[in-house]
Amino acid sequence: MRNKLLSAPYLVWMAMFTIVPLCVVVYFAFTSSATGAFTLDNILQIATYTPIFLRSIGYAIAATLICLLLGYPVAYVIAQARPGAQRFLYMLIMLPMCMSFLLRTLAWVSLLQDTGIINNLLGHFGIGPLPLIRNAGAVVAGMVYNYLPYMIMPLYTVIMKIDHSLIEAAEDLGCNGRQVFSRVVFPLSLPGIISGITMVFVPAVSTFYISQKLGSTSTTMIGDVIESQFKAAYNPNLGAAMSLVLMVLIFLSIGIMNRFAGADEDEVITV
Amino acid sequence: MKKLGRVYTVVIYLFLYIPMIVLIVASFNTGKDLTTFDGFTLQRYAELFRDRTLLPLLGNSVLIAVLSSVIATVLGTAAALGIHSMRGRIRSVVMSVTTVPLMNPEIVTGVSLALLFVFVGVVLKVNSILGFVTLLIAHITFNLPYVILSVMPKLTQMDPHLREAALDLGCTPVQAFFKVVIHEILPGIFSGAIMAFTMSLDDFVISYFVYGPNFVTLPVEIYNYVKKPLQPKIYALFTLLFLMILSVMVLMNLMQMRDEKRRKLQRPE
Repeated sequence: MRNKLLSAPYLVWMAMFTIVPLCVVVYFAFTSSATGAFTLDNILQIATYTPIFLRSIGYAIAATLICLLLGYPVAYVIAQARPGAQRFLYMLIMLPMCMSFLLRTLAWVSLLQDTGIINNLLGHFGIGPLPLIRNAGAVVAGMVYNYLPYMIMPLYTVIMKIDHSLIEAAEDLGCNGRQVFSRVVFPLSLPGIISGITMVFVPAVSTFYISQKLGSTSTTMIGDVIESQFKAAYNPNLGAAMSLVLMVLIFLSIGIMNRFAGADEDEVITV
Repeated sequence: MKKLGRVYTVVIYLFLYIPMIVLIVASFNTGKDLTTFDGFTLQRYAELFRDRTLLPLLGNSVLIAVLSSVIATVLGTAAALGIHSMRGRIRSVVMSVTTVPLMNPEIVTGVSLALLFVFVGVVLKVNSILGFVTLLIAHITFNLPYVILSVMPKLTQMDPHLREAALDLGCTPVQAFFKVVIHEILPGIFSGAIMAFTMSLDDFVISYFVYGPNFVTLPVEIYNYVKKPLQPKIYALFTLLFLMILSVMVLMNLMQMRDEKRRKLQRPE
């Protein structure tokens, strides 16, 4: 019984630094920056930012799907490797996540620029320069690059745990390779797919650095707008309202997805 | 088919590593530009070690990462023990609150903490509340879920009779924890702490909203470089960090491998 008390400091901490801050966001979202009185102006003003919201969601969905398509086979190959190789390959997936994502994104700029490494290379063959940067494709590619490991990790964890005798049983019962995948491996890896999608979609939809570096003014994302409300335009109330809407949107979509897939929340993170 | 899979995997790994290779190559470049390699030099490393601005910032990052991960590990492990003994509704509510910082976009976490700190600053009439303390609080907050979520599974896997046996044999609950339970959950505590440390060391988004001019971490400074040209010695720092993290990871893998071999010998199945 006394064990429960052990979590008291943590609960107090979370109340103070997770729940109260969210209440402060709500407070700022519904008050005027000039007078501090209650207002709906901030929330209503967001309507003018609808295209940016939609653009962010579109880019994030595209990046998430590409990550899933690119990452699934990789996770599968790693899970099939010998145990020693598995560990090594998995480590190499985690390593980029530990390195500065700002510098890695800058490296992408140098690769994709009009006078960048790729265009220089292509120039030797008389091609280009191709417009590789400052467009939506570059932003989505930057997201895919940054968040692909977040997709591969949970996928690998579930695929690795699939009981091999189930696959053998399916083969014995006459499934061909494609059927084994669609009827056994894929359904069993669904929890990994769900957590992979969440782990890519959430940071992708709210990013504010990638679009600044790889995009143009026509690829501005909601994260950029929120950032500028706090760091440049200084209208924290509007910024708070945008954050609130973004958060509600994300929690709704995660909730809907989990309802459909019946995902277990204890297994969101697996190391 | 198998060969195709291998080729494909190599291509994806190249995709993940090419930008880092670009940065590593740049650290040996005589020119300042990332795109053209003018010649080989070790000058950047010499500059880095003589440098008086970058290294202290790295020191700040390490300090915050060490403090926040240690505090989060202690708080989080205690919390996991507490949550483990909870049942039903309370437990699921607490677990949902625990995952909030993970599900929440980082920018929202950063913004919400910044607003809280500024709000408190106004109430306390302090002008510059943002700094070391606010950074530390923010890092502990986002580190806690990682610790809890890696300790919890170990607690669930643990045989509850082990603790009961210790209590029956006359251990106090505290003794039972330090003599029995901690050994069972140590891998979880360890991986939680490592994860918290790396998350904290490289965090930019949340730090960016709660840092103050008196205490800047390395990622924040790199972002602020957007306005000034990036100094090439930063690539040298990147390369050294890359090598350090790579060797730590390889070492941990080797240790884990040896551990597993030993376990296999102990319990032949």
